[in-house]
Amino acid sequence: MDYESLGLKVGLELHQQLKTASKLFCLCKPELREGEAELKLLRKLRPTQSELGQVDPAALFEFKKGRKILYEAEDRTSCLVELDEEPPHPLNQEALDICLTIALMIGCKPVDEIHVMRKIVIDGSNTTGFQRTCIVALGGLVEISGKQIPIQTICLEEDAARLLGIEGSLVHYSLDRLGIPLVEVATAPVLSSPKEAEAVALALGRILRATGKVRRGLGTIRQDVNISISQGALIEVKGVQKLELVSKVVEYEVQRQLGLLAIRDELKARGVKWEDLTDNFIDVTEAFRNTACEIIRSSINNGGIVLAVRLRGFKGLLGKELIPNIRFGTELADVAKFWGRVKGLFHTDELPGYGISSQEVTELKKRLNASEYDAIVFVADRRENASDALMAVVERARQALVGVPEETRGPNPDGTTRYLRPRPGAARMYPETDIPPIVIDEERIARLRADLPELPELKVERFIKDYRLSRKLAEQIVDSDFVSLFEEIVSKTHVAPSIIAVTLTETLKTLSREGLDVEALPDEQIMETFFLIDKGELAKEAIPDVLRWLLRSKGSKVRQAMEALGLRMMSRNEVEAFIDRLLMERKELLAGDKSKAFQRLLGIAMSTLRGKVDAAIVQEILRKRIQAEAGGPP
Amino acid sequence: MKEGLPGYRGIALKVLSDAGVRVEDMVRIRRGSEVYEGILFQRSQYDDDEHIVIKLKNGYNVGIRVTPNLVVERLGEGAKAAFTPPQPPKMNPSLPKVSILSTGGTIASRVDYRTGAVTPAFSARDLYSIIPELSDIALIETQEIFSIFSEDMGPEHWKTLAKVIAHHIEAGAKGIVVAHGTDTMGYTAAALSFALQNLPVPVILVGAQRSSDRPSSDAALNLLSAVKAATDLPIAEVLVAMHADPSDETVLLHRGVKVRKCHTSRRDAFKSINAHPMAAIKDGEVKILTEEYRRRQGGQILELKPDFDERAGLLKFHPGFNPDIIEYLVDKGYRGIILEGTGLGHVSKRCHPSLKRASSEGVFLGMTSQCLWGRVNMNVYYTGRDLQAIGIVPLEDMLPETALVKLMWALAQAKEPEALKRLMLTNIAGEISSKTSFRWGAP
Ligand SMILES: [Zn+2]
Repeated sequence: MDYESLGLKVGLELHQQLKTASKLFCLCKPELREGEAELKLLRKLRPTQSELGQVDPAALFEFKKGRKILYEAEDRTSCLVELDEEPPHPLNQEALDICLTIALMIGCKPVDEIHVMRKIVIDGSNTTGFQRTCIVALGGLVEISGKQIPIQTICLEEDAARLLGIEGSLVHYSLDRLGIPLVEVATAPVLSSPKEAEAVALALGRILRATGKVRRGLGTIRQDVNISISQGALIEVKGVQKLELVSKVVEYEVQRQLGLLAIRDELKARGVKWEDLTDNFIDVTEAFRNTACEIIRSSINNGGIVLAVRLRGFKGLLGKELIPNIRFGTELADVAKFWGRVKGLFHTDELPGYGISSQEVTELKKRLNASEYDAIVFVADRRENASDALMAVVERARQALVGVPEETRGPNPDGTTRYLRPRPGAARMYPETDIPPIVIDEERIARLRADLPELPELKVERFIKDYRLSRKLAEQIVDSDFVSLFEEIVSKTHVAPSIIAVTLTETLKTLSREGLDVEALPDEQIMETFFLIDKGELAKEAIPDVLRWLLRSKGSKVRQAMEALGLRMMSRNEVEAFIDRLLMERKELLAGDKSKAFQRLLGIAMSTLRGKVDAAIVQEILRKRIQAEAGGPP
Repeated sequence: MKEGLPGYRGIALKVLSDAGVRVEDMVRIRRGSEVYEGILFQRSQYDDDEHIVIKLKNGYNVGIRVTPNLVVERLGEGAKAAFTPPQPPKMNPSLPKVSILSTGGTIASRVDYRTGAVTPAFSARDLYSIIPELSDIALIETQEIFSIFSEDMGPEHWKTLAKVIAHHIEAGAKGIVVAHGTDTMGYTAAALSFALQNLPVPVILVGAQRSSDRPSSDAALNLLSAVKAATDLPIAEVLVAMHADPSDETVLLHRGVKVRKCHTSRRDAFKSINAHPMAAIKDGEVKILTEEYRRRQGGQILELKPDFDERAGLLKFHPGFNPDIIEYLVDKGYRGIILEGTGLGHVSKRCHPSLKRASSEGVFLGMTSQCLWGRVNMNVYYTGRDLQAIGIVPLEDMLPETALVKLMWALAQAKEPEALKRLMLTNIAGEISSKTSFRWGAP
């Protein structure tokens, strides 16, 4: 695809949780809760009135529909600050230092005085109704494959509460994640291809990891991707959790926008006009009195109705696939779900089906006075929800006449996206008056500048030189989440760096491919594994088995793994006894060539001893014994 | 402070006024290759004089240090906020009339996200447009009586407030709501309880622990519940309406003489002490929680007794307490002192001479407990009996603050020491309970 001629523009906002001792505005642990919630509380957020046009329509709508928010809290990870029952404590200076460090690494200019702002967010993800955020630095450049990518801002902000689920008008959040420090690095919208977007995302991720002060694991890094093409619209895809997914997301989004533009052209060719699409909803419950469709029947039995609307001239377009598994009908269903709180909708492009008979379809078309060029969309739900849903459907259908509506979308695991909500208007921000401005003085900048972490490219060279890693392995470990853990283990043990690096890259990748959640492996257990190898209590050959066992038995310790796997190391005496017995049993092998005998016997011995003793010890003992047996060197 | 540049001082002020810019102007600030463009923002007077604050196009504020090479340019006037309140909801003229009176603080506000200005909004029209649910409950009339911080409220304000309330009741209000800062809301509630007697309608004080400019403010639910209480409650007393717990669900109504702010910041900071909350409002439903209350009934004529005498003090006894403080109050002409004693109502022997002097000079001495929960009893230990012999009056289970407010009020009503003592021991507004229930919350 020729992205340049499509006018593709991509901007990235990389969000990365920082590894600090406490949260951004209180001293709670910046971790996710493990235990049960100790406290549940129910809240409502009311949009504050401001100048007209600045109210976020989606937020206002949700408030009017009586959205309630249920928060869960646990003492270790939340206090009155997260509950919005106490003003924020002073800004976490450790987090600010990390942010300033990142700014200096990217060549951004730290601001002279930081002002913490309140950014209005009333979907419940912040108990206050706003997110606290501040600009730490402005205007830097990152060079990626020869191209200078401008960095607009580096912000320090509090992470939002963790969404647990939505049931009707009740939204469920956990407060553990709220307030974890987050750095946001925003590029200018200048990236011009999916590949470039991904390369920049990965490069920025690498720089952040180079600080050694960022959290790892699923959900600790989140990428917002702004995508537009010249004929299309600006779409924000929020919360891509894997940087490797960025190029796919961009590719699919371009494809989706082109699909929507094709639909627009087709509608134009068919002569469909804005006024053809009306909010004329028809109650067609009677047509489905005896339906075999389970969904419709149960809705009617629960007092719901079936409400339908005709989309003039839309026949065939609802079934058009935009990106894998996302049809234009899916887009209509998404807005219906969001605005109407319905579970889904039916449309004539996919009928008969779902237990709906062709007679019912015919009856439906009659009741809606639909021609063969029209499509019909209908929902089965409470009257209010059904009506809200169809209103959203008609609105979305009208937007199809224009092209691509601006939206905030969420990523699916395959890189396709789904509708989340309309794009909010300009950010509504006002000062966080509970936090006085913070002056960034030159001494602080000088101190941080003197101690800047190594840039990833330099680190790769150093690993090759100092640790004798191959270039490939060095790049892999620098690119991984484990680079600081790697250096820590190297500095604290005598285990060969290449073994540590292989473990932290290839071994973990293998385990991950086996379906194990390697993110869940605590650093301490990895470290302990290498300490035991260092002490000679565990053989390096046993590493994959130990890690696999640890991942399968959450919360266990390395020693328990060794016990369970029978990996206790044999003492020298035991090994000597074993080899003596072996030599007696297989005396015949000693008859011929000594070095062949050595190889054979070593193979036999190791098949039993692997993982219980270092191979070097077996070799040494075996060699001595053979020598003694032969009365001379083998 | 210079006109148009609020909060700026010193070098920053000089640079800005030399450039001829004012707050809310569009400005460009340059320093070498750095360029900042945005709206000049006001500065807090507590911040230093070395930085200029601007709001960037992306909505963020940043502070720029004033250096010799800084160039400030005025680009033009910033767009003025044009607020058109949405159409107020349709009113149902048959709804009961409720007066909402304000003493300061804000129960509703608008935010200008362009300048950061938070504007209190208090006209009936504003309240309907910000909290439209109000239009289903009552016909509202509003009056702003003061615009002061809660900690600046005093007996003079209580008096004015009581008179204005009386006026609104006479004008036919079916209930009164008083919006009040939370810090001294308990004192004002007690004062109104004594000043407004034989009430025909409820008087509900209401506040907020989270300011009304934030989406999570407790103000709206508290206000809605207070107005609901004003129209529907069968209790004609002075009450405080605040959140029952951290959830936005239930609002409790506490008796004005039995309530205390018990937490600096939580939404449920107000607790009934030595009493049960009077009523709860949840999902717009009123639930009465006690049987002992003054009923709202027709034909009651309000008795207004709005005078207070400020010559009363509240002393908290503590280890190391110096009785000179008592001497000082007597010297200064104080007519009564409420002691917040230890435990059942004790102060050190060391205080006896000063207390004797105070008593002999006709200064009323009342004893309450710093335990807050429970009743004083000065018969259990002989030390208590000694104090009674000096003339100290045990004030049952009255809260220390309520006892102080009552004393200020009683001093204005009774001239004779005996009459004063009788008045202090007479239950006027539920401040003294006859029994101590085990159902009342423990501390
Ligand atoms: Zn906390």
